[in-house]
Amino acid sequence: MPVPCRTGCGKNAMLKRPKTGDALCKDCFFWAFETEIHFTITKAELFKSGDSVAVAASGGKDSTVLAHVLKTLNQRFNYGLNLMLLSIDEGITGYRDDSLETVKQNRDDYEMPLKILSYKELYGWTMDEIVAQIGRKNNCTFCGVFRRQALDRGAAMLGVKCIATGHNADDIAETVLMNVLRGDIARLKRCTAITTGSEGTIPRVKPLKYTYEKEIVMYAHYKKLVYFSTECVFAPNAYRGHARALLKDMEKIRASCIMDIIYSGETMAVKEEVTLPSQRTCIRCNFVSSQEVCKACVLLEGLNKGLPKLGIGKSSKAKKMLEEYNAQQTNYKESLQAAAKELDDVQSKKELCLSDSKNCKSGLCKGKTKLNRNSSINSNDYTNSSNAKECCSNCSGSCERIKVNADVNNTKVNTLLEKYVINETNIAKVNGEGTLCNPSNSDDNLNNSDDEEHTHAEYIDTHIEQEDETCSASCGKLGSLNIGF
Amino acid sequence: MAASVKLHLQFGGGAELLFDKIKKREIELPALKKYFPDCQHDKWNIRDLLVWIKDNLLRERPELFLQGDSVRPGILVLINDADWELYGELDYELQDNDTIMFISTLHGG
Repeated sequence: MPVPCRTGCGKNAMLKRPKTGDALCKDCFFWAFETEIHFTITKAELFKSGDSVAVAASGGKDSTVLAHVLKTLNQRFNYGLNLMLLSIDEGITGYRDDSLETVKQNRDDYEMPLKILSYKELYGWTMDEIVAQIGRKNNCTFCGVFRRQALDRGAAMLGVKCIATGHNADDIAETVLMNVLRGDIARLKRCTAITTGSEGTIPRVKPLKYTYEKEIVMYAHYKKLVYFSTECVFAPNAYRGHARALLKDMEKIRASCIMDIIYSGETMAVKEEVTLPSQRTCIRCNFVSSQEVCKACVLLEGLNKGLPKLGIGKSSKAKKMLEEYNAQQTNYKESLQAAAKELDDVQSKKELCLSDSKNCKSGLCKGKTKLNRNSSINSNDYTNSSNAKECCSNCSGSCERIKVNADVNNTKVNTLLEKYVINETNIAKVNGEGTLCNPSNSDDNLNNSDDEEHTHAEYIDTHIEQEDETCSASCGKLGSLNIGF
Repeated sequence: MAASVKLHLQFGGGAELLFDKIKKREIELPALKKYFPDCQHDKWNIRDLLVWIKDNLLRERPELFLQGDSVRPGILVLINDADWELYGELDYELQDNDTIMFISTLHGG
């Protein structure tokens, strides 16, 4: 038996609103849905008349409904906004290429200009290519970090005042829940804000912040809006999935819990003594960052240097990896030259190596070197074969293993070097065990790492910190346990 | 003895992906007592329909569609284009020619 619309309009109700429990007919639902978003926009003063606003459009239900509602409200209430669509093409075959077709449909339906920016043109990598490098485990990190920045860049190109995103109430409640579960206080504090973005960045606004997902889907269905609903072809974020399932289960029992979680997030106060990372700008790309180099730059550098795991996990870890890589690169060239030279006259110059070992004992192991740990293994392994035999007495185990055949030809050395430069984690481990020391060309390396430090000024601090540990780690004399690998 | 029931089934919002990407189906349910001989009631309801769907249409990963004896939270059910929450949800008695639509809210954003 039909239920009458709660407003008394005389029509039959078509849905029960999760937020209020009201049974409404289609027209009264549309009115309520749009008016609530209008109130959200005006109460938070999201826009000013004359603003250009980019709608971040993925082709999914939220952004499609957002674009439709903003266009509707802009006309109905004379916001005076210049609306446009901004899409990011992550380069995911079978997913984004299809959803972009939906965005193009939106462009035509809503008569808004559309700008599509691709990861390929911004970063030189598509997600397909990134996944080929990193595998499917951490790819969402790349995608999320890159998209955030890509939207900023796109918005800057369009010259808009702000970016409107389709985050809905369920999304925000889910994020609050996740940040609580992870103890991420900095994000917990930020994630309920309707406007985000600090000075110098283009603000993001969430007009659908208080809009339930169910209503968005019902609105899109009744309005017959075209949207794209295929899951991303790469592994979904499992943790968020659990938070989402939990939230949906609770919503089933008590639908208002979504608003209540958002309210909790909004009103929760962080104790004053809790220190939060301060927001600053990335020294490389000038986008907002909580670190001196932003995550996007770190991830990108990792990709370009063949260290795709760089930037997965803590930023301190990334710094170390990068630092080692840089020193390795320097050393790599050194080693190549040394190897070539060595191979030319390896037979006749065993004495040289002897003096090298002395050099190690006296110079390096007294803890005064600036050499990166990795540089030692490289040179030790592959350049000074005979040197390894003579290695100082306090080196155990692996020095014995390292007896590179003097007959080895240049190409093989090169291949091995290349292999080891990429395989940085193994090297770090071997080094951490404290079995190796005694690089031959320590003086050259010393100078070279100094140069490296100057060119990569941003890592100077950690370089210095690390240098104290460097030799102790490689010689196994001092507290190598301090090193966080 | 109740006769068979003809229904229009529709899947959307990504729910169709669990059903061979087919969005619209015409089905005919047999007499309830034939399908569930031990059944205590006479007419097909949504709860019975979900079991029939699981037995006949849902080939893989039923947990993405069903949870307990109901649909998974986050999947909307429309009975003749209206929210099933207005019509008793699982206990709604199916009528001949009803359109039952399942829309997933869980896909994409």
